Amino acid sequence: MMSEWLAMGGHGLYIWGSYAVAALFMIVEVILVVRRRRSLMQRLGRMIRMKDSEVSG
Amino acid sequence: MLATLRCMVMRDLTLAMRHRSDVLTTVFFFIIVVSLFPLGVGPEAALLKEMAAGVVWVAALLASMLSLTRLFADDYNDGTLEQLLLVPQSLSLIVLGKVLAHWIISGLPLVVMSPLLGLQFGLEGDELMMLMVTLLLGTPVLSLLGAIGAALTLGLRGGGVLVSLLVLPLYIPVLIFGAGAVTASAAGMGADGHLSLMGAILLLALVLAPWASAAALRISVE
Amino acid sequence: MFNLFKYSSPATFYPLAGRLAVGFGIASAILLVIGLYMSFFVAPTDYKQGEGYRIMFIHVPAAWMSMLIYVVMACWAAAGMIWHTRLSSMMASSLAPTGAMFTFIALWTGALWGKPMWGAWWVWDARLTSELILLFLYVGFMALESAIDDPRRAARASGLLALVGVINVPIIYYSVQWWNTLHQGSSIKVVDGGVETSMSEIMVWTLLVMTFACWFYTIAVALCRVRSIILERESGASWVKALLQERK
Repeated sequence: MMSEWLAMGGHGLYIWGSYAVAALFMIVEVILVVRRRRSLMQRLGRMIRMKDSEVSG
Repeated sequence: MLATLRCMVMRDLTLAMRHRSDVLTTVFFFIIVVSLFPLGVGPEAALLKEMAAGVVWVAALLASMLSLTRLFADDYNDGTLEQLLLVPQSLSLIVLGKVLAHWIISGLPLVVMSPLLGLQFGLEGDELMMLMVTLLLGTPVLSLLGAIGAALTLGLRGGGVLVSLLVLPLYIPVLIFGAGAVTASAAGMGADGHLSLMGAILLLALVLAPWASAAALRISVE
Repeated sequence: MFNLFKYSSPATFYPLAGRLAVGFGIASAILLVIGLYMSFFVAPTDYKQGEGYRIMFIHVPAAWMSMLIYVVMACWAAAGMIWHTRLSSMMASSLAPTGAMFTFIALWTGALWGKPMWGAWWVWDARLTSELILLFLYVGFMALESAIDDPRRAARASGLLALVGVINVPIIYYSVQWWNTLHQGSSIKVVDGGVETSMSEIMVWTLLVMTFACWFYTIAVALCRVRSIILERESGASWVKALLQERK
């Protein structure tokens, strides 16, 4: 039954092709946004630590 | 008001005439691009006649794109642009003057050359006429919209490529109606619909584009 | 009276955006699951196209979102230029990538839907062509913004481009429509019309659920991205230092 459902009446390739690409793009975008935020926080954290050490040093 | 316009146009024309080669490069670029297509597509007349309008129009688009970056760049580099921003006359009028001069240098030669190139593609009398009329209506819009792109990308590295990326999508209606008018008149369907729409776009561009380029200049020069 | 400008300063907007992003993110995830379930198991088989039409449930929302986001982007850009609020142009530049992504998804799913139905991957149909041009407008917006180093000029220049673009979108759409009907050679009519008119109630509901899912997804991603943009641009500000100290 599963394989027949997957075939989607012969249009399986097109349907799964479009949904897979859409899902892929949305997931990749979320990952990019989160990674951008995390690396930004680290960079700013380091910058501030550097400034503090200069001030106190 | 006309005095400022005339003065700006004369100033830019004399500047352009000093190094005349720029004017010729635009026209030669136009001729070369148009002559490349038959070499790529093959010499049979029917095919060439079919795509003549489209090829000439796309070449006109690219040719007017070529000289856009120089529209404001020279004044920006030697500082006259800042002076122009401080002038009491309205900046959009000055921009209109510069765009008019740019059109005379890069748009008008294309219009004059287009019948010659149309012959190359086997177009007859009234189709050549239509090609010229559409280019006459269309090329000013190319300069007007192009001025917005040139003003936005003033002083940026890689500005030339960026201008074409920004402005080409905006040229599409002019291209569609321009090339469409020639094919429609060739097919005997009459092209007054296309021409009136091109006239409308020209008027819209004449009113809005200088104001937008002036705003863009203020953003870029600050 | 709710002070509109209270949240227009990045410092106060930042925490609010965080909470909203999480809320909208969860909402969009739930709606997406429901929508996908409905589009595969609840929606009936179309009498004409069989199962192939199910691509519509991702193609149509993506196309709507691509146009809606461009208009919203232009509104934020206009607000940024009128009131000179930095936050509005930050919102505009945070929306652009998501808009471009939805435009690409709309094109991709449109092509995959066209293949079984019209037998060709790419058809110069008026809507697909204007969608392609919309993608160029998005790319132009992002290219201009990344080409300018000074963030203030970048925000205002790309804002102006978005405004010029949004005036041109209807002109481009109608000129492409005119061009398509003139060259009736490609007489392939989009069956969308056919599917929509004969759409059963349940299909319309599925489409709505998927559209809201995409809408909430966009809001969540845009808010999250705008928080990063705020931090990048306001890194010098004292509240950012305080925020980071507290997080350490």
